[in-house]
Amino acid sequence: MDFRLTEDQRALRRGVRELLDRSFGRDALRAAVERGSLDRELWRELGAAGFFALRLPEEAGGVGLGLPEAVLLFEEAGRALLPGPLIATHLAAGEVPGAAEGAAVVTAVDPSGFVEWLTEADTVRGEAGSAVPVRSVDPLTPLHRVPGAGGARPDPDRPDRADPADWADRADPADPADPAAREAREAQEAQEASLLTAAEQLGSAARTTELAVAHARTREQFGQPIGAFQAVKHLCAQMLVRTELARAAVYAAAVTADPVEIAGARLLADEAATLCARDCLQVHGGMGFTWEADVHLHLKRAWVRAERGLSGAAAEELVAARL
Amino acid sequence: MELAYTEEEEEFRARLREWLAAALPGLPPKPDPLDWPARRAYDCGWQRRLYDAGYGHVHWDASPTQRLIFLEETERAGAPYVGANFVGLLHAGPTIAAEGTPAQRERWLEPVLRGDEVWCQGFSEPEAGSDLAALRTRAVRDGDAYVVTGQKIWTSHAEAADWCELLVRTDPDAPRHRGISWLAMPMDAPGITVRPLRTLAGSTEFAEMFLDEVRVPVANRVGEENDGWRVTMVTLSFERGTAFVGEVVACRRVLGELARTARKNGTWDDPVLRRRLGRLGAEFQALWRLTQWNVSEAQASGGVPGTGGSVFKLRYSHARQELYDAAAAVLGPEALDLGREWNQDRLSSLSYTIAAGTSQIQQNIVAERILGLPKGR
Repeated sequence: MDFRLTEDQRALRRGVRELLDRSFGRDALRAAVERGSLDRELWRELGAAGFFALRLPEEAGGVGLGLPEAVLLFEEAGRALLPGPLIATHLAAGEVPGAAEGAAVVTAVDPSGFVEWLTEADTVRGEAGSAVPVRSVDPLTPLHRVPGAGGARPDPDRPDRADPADWADRADPADPADPAAREAREAQEAQEASLLTAAEQLGSAARTTELAVAHARTREQFGQPIGAFQAVKHLCAQMLVRTELARAAVYAAAVTADPVEIAGARLLADEAATLCARDCLQVHGGMGFTWEADVHLHLKRAWVRAERGLSGAAAEELVAARL
Repeated sequence: MELAYTEEEEEFRARLREWLAAALPGLPPKPDPLDWPARRAYDCGWQRRLYDAGYGHVHWDASPTQRLIFLEETERAGAPYVGANFVGLLHAGPTIAAEGTPAQRERWLEPVLRGDEVWCQGFSEPEAGSDLAALRTRAVRDGDAYVVTGQKIWTSHAEAADWCELLVRTDPDAPRHRGISWLAMPMDAPGITVRPLRTLAGSTEFAEMFLDEVRVPVANRVGEENDGWRVTMVTLSFERGTAFVGEVVACRRVLGELARTARKNGTWDDPVLRRRLGRLGAEFQALWRLTQWNVSEAQASGGVPGTGGSVFKLRYSHARQELYDAAAAVLGPEALDLGREWNQDRLSSLSYTIAAGTSQIQQNIVAERILGLPKGR
């Protein structure tokens, strides 16, 4: 048994990190926040690098790798705060034309009733006909919600207006009309989406831990780096503990692809991402509360991801059922 | 990244499983926790059987993965854990194996493996608990012996031990981390007084130990004189790295029993409690995966566990307490009855965030050694 990353996996992770440093570094991230729209050129670049086609067989033009490698990829995406409906497009590769190459942007209606990046998407999977825009908490994840779908409850204070846009022409032609077939596909994709979301959360947790530690080493107060104070040290240590526990869970779930293991990994990764972002903000002090620091972007994205698909309560029930 | 075992590893597992199935039915009943001679006999008897079957060495010589399988299978089968042999098998033994001379390995390892000799740990002192480098017990060289005077506390298994892994100060003028040496002290030497301490669980797991001019041969020093701190770090990395592997397996079994009990007594219908158990399920599953990760790292680095052990110990010690708090919630008022299973364990679990370095010390270690944060003043 050797649970560590293989040399190939390490190389893959290095390669993706370099690609994202080059193509979506901090300046690009801040520019994206200001712009608010999806960078199609970057999307095609990701496609060319195999981001979406990673798990397609080589004879279908893909890279032929598996879930563990996809998890490493999405971990890096989470670190870099890469925007866009990455998971929906990755899952649609091989089914929706252009998705694998990064030529098409694919989004999907989440079981929670939310749709990410609806107006930018070329193809929408699921029923988004009555979607209404929402002021998204994350400046880099535009959201719509489909009234009555999934977890979205009608809000008596905000009667839903029909959206002027009609999304029907962007429906996925490959979407099975048969409800049973559609359900089966959705169940399978929900598993994978949960795992890849957990991977993004893991990347974000690792990144905010690094940001907090870097700040604690250099920021001086009372004549010494704040990282020399136990109170700050302990915050940082707890961040690492949460992150590494989530890492073991997420990597193992990628190897076993077991639904209960995925649920558990998701639970720990959601928690690691949201709590690490909070602690990172705390370590940054007043600067952490400003728009200029990146911490809030990690926290807000972590919140958005945590609402995707499997809820914490449902995950706990799933794990409990197997005890 | 894989979690599959090799063919040889699976064969090892199958043979072990078969042997356990045959060996366990003949095991005598568990002794009274307060009866140390009986506990010693029971634990050493089991170790002897493991030795005779070729499994006595498993904590040192086997590959980390084989050790993992061993702990998994023995726990699954309900076999006894190391018990009174904890220090010998998991602390002193691995340290002598890693740092001892050939003669020292010859003298001390075999009796531990055969279940003939029991070790205790003489590290902590009243003024030096988690701040181990503050220890003051003095050892003054007199010919071919050290003359040791001082006091130790939290000396685990002292009542039953033949040997003590003892930390002493051999150079009082050196900086506090230098000037320390690691000695193997025979517990029958004149000048040793052991006074058992009663834990809050009512048992006598550890003791105070008073040392009054105890003569320990210089030949019993493991590692160089004044190099005991480094030797100790080897010991502690074993303690934090892999000494808890068997217990994670045990906690996962307890969680399963908890769920069964909850389903039987109706508490399972409470969604808050049910979800709490689910949360713990995810947590212990992840701790098990983290163990496998650490074992893989240890395997790659030649067997000595790395700093991943501190990360593990920090989360595990708290999760264990949460597990037994959940057990109390499942039991309801029965949680007040010490005759019920789990309630003793709940009390014992309170020591986990203190022993082997408090959680606060562990957090300093993680922050300074892994994250590279500056030392405080």
